[in-house]
Amino acid sequence: MKNEWPLWEIFIRGQHGMSHRHVGSLHAPDAEMAIKNARDVYTRRNEGVSIWVVEANHISASSPSDKGPLYEPSESKVYRHPTFFDIPEEVGAM
Amino acid sequence: MYAQMIKSEATQDDPEKLAAFQARIDAGEKIEPKDWMPEGYRKTLIRQIGQHAHSEIVGQLPEGNWITRAPTLERKAILLAKVQDEAGHGLYLYCAAETLGVSRDEITEMLLDGRMKYSSIFNYPTLNWADIGAVGWLVDGAAIMNQVPLQRTSFGPYSRAMIRICKEESFHQRQGYDAIRQMAEGTPEQKKMAQDALNRLWYPSLMMFGPSDKDSVHSAQSMAWKIKMNTNDELRQKFVDQTVPQAEYLGLTIPDPDLKWNEERGHYDYTDPDWSEFFDVIKGNGPCNVDRLAARNKAWDDGQWVRDGLLAHARKKAAGKHAAE
Ligand SMILES: [Fe+2]
Ligand SMILES: [Fe+2]
Repeated sequence: MKNEWPLWEIFIRGQHGMSHRHVGSLHAPDAEMAIKNARDVYTRRNEGVSIWVVEANHISASSPSDKGPLYEPSESKVYRHPTFFDIPEEVGAM
Repeated sequence: MYAQMIKSEATQDDPEKLAAFQARIDAGEKIEPKDWMPEGYRKTLIRQIGQHAHSEIVGQLPEGNWITRAPTLERKAILLAKVQDEAGHGLYLYCAAETLGVSRDEITEMLLDGRMKYSSIFNYPTLNWADIGAVGWLVDGAAIMNQVPLQRTSFGPYSRAMIRICKEESFHQRQGYDAIRQMAEGTPEQKKMAQDALNRLWYPSLMMFGPSDKDSVHSAQSMAWKIKMNTNDELRQKFVDQTVPQAEYLGLTIPDPDLKWNEERGHYDYTDPDWSEFFDVIKGNGPCNVDRLAARNKAWDDGQWVRDGLLAHARKKAAGKHAAE
């Protein structure tokens, strides 16, 4: 069996009210150690108020070659943006 | 630099794919790990990021040498924080290299058995406390010169690692300048120590940027791929121009009698380091090469039981949890 500690992806909530953001990864034997290491590696200067760790092999990612079918359809749907609609000035803020 | 003399790997890929790849880079797009990339790009980056990571890790040794002997508790806490940052820099960079398909153990073993290099600068000793100030000021100063433009490198994970690193480097250089300034403004003996540190570390710091452009092979491909952003001589010149006034402020003399401002060029003229010494250090014959590798090997071997023990514990716990479900 391979004896390398698994890779963990680290997500940090920078401030109260913000969502967790991916900041990087690290190796650790288990989740508890991953959190401890993440605290040392990624929050040495008050960068965080909360840490999530996820084992990297549990993350499924979209494939770069699917970029077209996944994201192009929304390009033509300009009416999804509020600026698509002309609202008469007389109506006021909307 | 922390990555010196990185030879670009030849690439034998489909010319059409290569052209499309180059167009993405020229358009300023970031290349992400799962995107198609030329084999040469991948291999060159593993070597470059790996060497950079190894430099951060080995670079802890000359400074770690003085943590327990720092002159005050405050200097000790500062140096400890600085060295801890360098460990973090190594980790960010190893993770960036791993996204290219090399494992942490593989890349570590390549350092330990000498297949991969680290920056020549860390093969010089830190003989006294003044050297610690000089290392922060000059060595981190030189590293910053290279790392700032690398924030714009084409490979996403490398670029993001550099952005994190750059946020922390300014503290490193300032604490070094502050430490050597205190000595330069201290007793005549202290000032002499500061001058002596500058005398010994000046040329090794200039060597960090790698050989002169006229002898520097393979940089055109790396520059086209945006994994090298400036030539060695460009960065070295920038470093000299920035450092001379800093030395003047301290009342210290750069150990180069031919150093002088060139009005026409708008830069300082300076003497190149002794390149035969540089190549000799790279080959393994610097004052500390043997010690540095021995220290890294010892740390790796001594840590084996910890790595194994924690992993065995984690597996046992996971198996127990599985059985209970
Ligand atoms: Fe660093
Ligand atoms: Fe540093």
